[in-house]
Amino acid sequence: MTMRRLFLVVLGCAAASVSAAEPIAEKTIDFNRDVQPILSNNCFFCHGPDANHREADLRLDVRDEAVGGEAIVPGKPEVSHLVNRIMSTDPDEQMPPPESNKHLTDREKQILKQWIAEGAEYQEHWSYVAPVKAEIPAGQNGVDVLIQQRHKSLGLEFSPQADRRVLIRRLYSDLLGLPPTPEEVQAFVDDQSPDAYAKLVERLLASPHYGERMAIGWLDVVRYADTIGYHSDTPRNVWPYRDWVIRSFNENKPFDRFTLEQIAGDLLPDADQETKVGSAFNRLLLSTEEGGAQAKDYESRMLTDRVRAIGTVWLGQTTGCAQCHDHKFDPISTRDFYALGAFFADIQEPILGRREDGMLVTTPEEQAKLAALDATLAETRGKFNAILPQLQAAQNQWEEDVVRAGTAIFEELAEGSQASAGDKKTAEQIFALVKKADKDRNSRERDQIQSYFRSKVCSQHKEEQAALAKAEQERKAYYDTLAKCLVSISSSNPRTVRILPRGNWMDESGEVMQPALPHYLPQPETDGRKLTRLDLAQWLVSRENPLTARTVMNRLWKQFFGIGLSKVLDDLGAQGEPPVNGPLLDWLACEFMDSGWDFKHMVRTIVMSQAYQQSSIASAELLAADPQNRECARQSAFRVDAELVRDNALAVSGLLVNRIGGPSVKPYQPEGYWENLNFPVRTYVADSGENQYRRGLYTWWQRSFLHPSMLAFDAPSREECAAERNRSNIPQQALVLLNDPTYVESARALATRILNEGPAATPERIQWVWNQVLQRNARPEEVQIVEQLLTQHAKTYQQAPESAAALLGVGGAPVDEQLDKAELATWTHVARVLLNLHETVTRS
Amino acid sequence: MNNHPMMNNTAMNRRTLLGRSAQGLGAVALASLLDPQVSDAAGTPGVLTSLPLPQKAKRVIWLTMAGGPSQLETFDPKPKLAEMNGQPMPESFTKGQQLAQLQGRPLTCFGPQHSFEKYGESQIEICSLFPHLGSVIDDVCLIRSMTTEAINHDPAHMFMNTGSQIAGRPSMGAWVTYGLGNEAENLPGFVVLTSLGRGGQNQPIAARQWSSGFLPSRFQGVQLRSKGDPVLYLGTPAGISRDQQGLDVDAIGQLNRMQEGLTHDPEIATRIAQYEMAFQMQASIPELMDIQGESAETLELYGCQPGDGSFAANCLLARRLAERGVRFMQLYHKDWDHHGGVKEGVALKAQEIDRACMALITDLKQRGMLDDTLVVWAGEFGRTPMSQGSGRDHHNKAMSVWLAGGGVRGGMVYGASDELGYAAVEDVCTVHDLHATMLHQLGIQHEAFSIKFQGLDAKLTGVEGASVLSKILM
Repeated sequence: MTMRRLFLVVLGCAAASVSAAEPIAEKTIDFNRDVQPILSNNCFFCHGPDANHREADLRLDVRDEAVGGEAIVPGKPEVSHLVNRIMSTDPDEQMPPPESNKHLTDREKQILKQWIAEGAEYQEHWSYVAPVKAEIPAGQNGVDVLIQQRHKSLGLEFSPQADRRVLIRRLYSDLLGLPPTPEEVQAFVDDQSPDAYAKLVERLLASPHYGERMAIGWLDVVRYADTIGYHSDTPRNVWPYRDWVIRSFNENKPFDRFTLEQIAGDLLPDADQETKVGSAFNRLLLSTEEGGAQAKDYESRMLTDRVRAIGTVWLGQTTGCAQCHDHKFDPISTRDFYALGAFFADIQEPILGRREDGMLVTTPEEQAKLAALDATLAETRGKFNAILPQLQAAQNQWEEDVVRAGTAIFEELAEGSQASAGDKKTAEQIFALVKKADKDRNSRERDQIQSYFRSKVCSQHKEEQAALAKAEQERKAYYDTLAKCLVSISSSNPRTVRILPRGNWMDESGEVMQPALPHYLPQPETDGRKLTRLDLAQWLVSRENPLTARTVMNRLWKQFFGIGLSKVLDDLGAQGEPPVNGPLLDWLACEFMDSGWDFKHMVRTIVMSQAYQQSSIASAELLAADPQNRECARQSAFRVDAELVRDNALAVSGLLVNRIGGPSVKPYQPEGYWENLNFPVRTYVADSGENQYRRGLYTWWQRSFLHPSMLAFDAPSREECAAERNRSNIPQQALVLLNDPTYVESARALATRILNEGPAATPERIQWVWNQVLQRNARPEEVQIVEQLLTQHAKTYQQAPESAAALLGVGGAPVDEQLDKAELATWTHVARVLLNLHETVTRS
Repeated sequence: MNNHPMMNNTAMNRRTLLGRSAQGLGAVALASLLDPQVSDAAGTPGVLTSLPLPQKAKRVIWLTMAGGPSQLETFDPKPKLAEMNGQPMPESFTKGQQLAQLQGRPLTCFGPQHSFEKYGESQIEICSLFPHLGSVIDDVCLIRSMTTEAINHDPAHMFMNTGSQIAGRPSMGAWVTYGLGNEAENLPGFVVLTSLGRGGQNQPIAARQWSSGFLPSRFQGVQLRSKGDPVLYLGTPAGISRDQQGLDVDAIGQLNRMQEGLTHDPEIATRIAQYEMAFQMQASIPELMDIQGESAETLELYGCQPGDGSFAANCLLARRLAERGVRFMQLYHKDWDHHGGVKEGVALKAQEIDRACMALITDLKQRGMLDDTLVVWAGEFGRTPMSQGSGRDHHNKAMSVWLAGGGVRGGMVYGASDELGYAAVEDVCTVHDLHATMLHQLGIQHEAFSIKFQGLDAKLTGVEGASVLSKILM
């Protein structure tokens, strides 16, 4: 196949919004690849799985029905009603009808005709059939073999390998999300051993920053955030879950176990603190504290939120439609939807209002310390309890005295008392309460009397009282410092789940649903017992489930090539896209399962492939023929994720504090950005010290107002599961990199490094900083531009030292007072220009 | 200004401003990206290369009264409710209905707290708190039969803005800009302004209300703030002059261009253009925000002072944005959540918005812009005819909204609620109908304006169907 023909085919496909770049003229029709997308997109809305909206009692998603009504007469397109209707120009006859706003292209009509002429064979939808593992010759990488198989039929071949500098930058970005140092690049470039690349891969896979890098995509898809989402968008405790994700990737926890702990970490036979933290997954949904919210409404929102999450994270299925009606394109029924929701009916949680503090998440040392404080508290309380009868007797006596003697007994109310108005008022209130019969007092009133008596009146047992108060206070103060996490706790009295007709939560006429797995997918043996979340989790990662491994590998592929093998990452169903290289996605899925769901093995397999190591520079011809790089005849260059834009700037400037985990942190943020938050009104206070310089993934994730630097670079708000991020290129990104104090401060810190660590002469300094940021030498024309820039800025700052001081004052990091301010400010501009380059924020 | 090369370069390559390729977009989007004629038009074009309907309105100014204004103290007179003040609400109205905070409580009729008067040649009756609006009522189309699906603030705003109660859908401003593009030079196509009320009931508003959802990020609403940088990160850092900023942006552009020559990565051309755009915005937005140059008459008309952050000032800014070709302006004015003190509360709101609404309509009209600017006034829901102490609860079965300009008939009332103002009963319409009508006036056929998302042809007007309110159109 020539490049030109590929070009035409790709364009043709794009216009018809069909995906696979596959020539059809010379081949027989493949139902899944060629026909099903046309039928699904144009016909199933009225002639598909949803019985309630089926027109003319005709369904085209089941062959027997389509053939039975002679809509399709296999082998005879000329007498098939379907063909007559799609070819018709009469608006009353024409299908799809004009008012549907659907139009078949000539090419699509041709495909349908040819398919019927060839016998109108249906296939089960590709993703519902178990993946088949292609035979790969021993010693070869399945990724390369299967890509090259396609290349052969398309007349493509791999691009040359990228140079070593590009390779190590790419690997660092993809596996760690951090840039290599110039020394690390040099060592790799100089390493002549045949396994230099493999050694590098192993070193990076073993780095503790690998887990941080891998966590980013997972946190998106499970919608991890620090706040509840709706209305007041107040905080909740979940950050230990984020650290659990990082740890899981670092420990290379098998993906099946990773799944079990998240969905059912509390139900595992070996459940412990770690697995329970994993089960915070079930608590990551949106909740509300809005007054007037109805529990039934939010119970329904939470159920649907969870079902959508299972669909997006593991199944690659868009389940949302089935909340109100049977899915129009996929076989997911409303019953399936609510039956899936019923798995989560046992989770204990407030439907409305504040979330609880959550489970304590402690180290053994912390646990020991807390136990010691608890013991002290118990002991002090014991001592106090011993004197309690006397204390109570004294109080009773005093109360009797009060009733008898009246207000005179209160010092505050005595004549000539110097007590404040507030104290007098308190005394009066207590007097009124004491006069009430005990049975008429509520518990708060009893507490008020007791507290007044013990603090103001009673002179006995002060020591025991003080000891108890101190022990309580110390225990509380320590408890408050400990990490807590919302987790799943199973209730023996689960909520009743009903099918909500048309999704209406006020309608309680629907059938009560028990937990059950989607009917159209392979089912496990359950002997009719009631299924639990553990069953659901086990089923998701069972060998028989055709979707999970494909869904996860498809997302992983995107991390390394910029686009999924099936482009729509959250929909492997009828309306998604059949994978451009089905055998490759199947092979990855099988290899993943065969390896024991070994994530690092799959990452290694991909990055060790020749396909991964290609240059990303495309010839104009290849770029035109395959603009989105679906065929992997090169690598792809793309702007790195929001978090990594930040990490890179902090790393090269030397500001980065690369400590792993802990509570979320608050980078600089424009004042007033939270002005639209309320209940309560909040003021953002940026962290100072080390927490100001943490990696981007630790940024406080405020769902309704995500940090604007993150937002500008397409980090999702995580209000819904996000399988995929936009990758935009907008002016706000320029404003962030130019003006956000984080980047101005980074530029100043990098400039400080130039002057302190770099060579003395200007051209060498330029080379030095180029190597720090881009890990390459500056080209002569680049040096020229920078030298000119230096001259211009130097002149300004020599004349206006106050401007230099103002620039250096941006950010909280201390300014090196040894350095000449004008010179430092001047070099800050060079550093700034470098941090703003497209190359700097691009993984190539 | 200086003689720096960038400063004089206003002619930008619009094609590069299109940004990222059509990944994830429909065939329409791709077609427009491949069509050089479309790309060479002024401003940034949208995906709709030819409009199926005549374009009556070119832009929208949407006044969002956040918190849920009471229709009974604004635009829907109910003498019968006044008569029944203090009596139990007839159960025939409320049985089995969804209420917010009043759910399960005794329900008592609460008469309108202010009088109503007839205004204009059309003699439309509205609350006497709004005499300024009354003076332009002949340009206003009042809808008294609007309904919505949601009953809590956050989901109701989402529904009003995106046609869905689930987060992640594009806001209407994003849809419209995506479809029609932006005619403004150096300004975003979808701009959001917010102002606080003085009554202290300022409900939170999330940024998702102006999100681009699954559309590309460049269609998201850009908030113009009255305090601090008007656009986030717009200000050049301390110690850097505009000339110096220009030098750096220039150097970045030159270095990027070299890289483009080596890698042929088309993203680099976009990146270069975005830096130029950002640099231009650093000048054009402060110029836009500076209303000092407006005439004394104009300032008097709106009743605002430069930089006071009021709703009136935002209305004036909206007119300035409209003049510059911005496609969609959404103004949030908060503090309409009158669970208590609806009498004083609405009176205070009326002081804050009445004159400004009149001024906006008048100003647009005198500049000949009302004909092709659609102004919409709407909350996220209405309020109950039943009392909640001295106020009213959230309510979704009847609410009043109004439209002006953009080919909508003035001086008319459309639809009606029942005699107590509980439910819309005549020409009942939905949020989706309102969206369909707005799109229709913009020249867009709402059923055909879709993007494939999660397996569906996602539309602003939802999956259940919607009707253009043709009776209100000229």
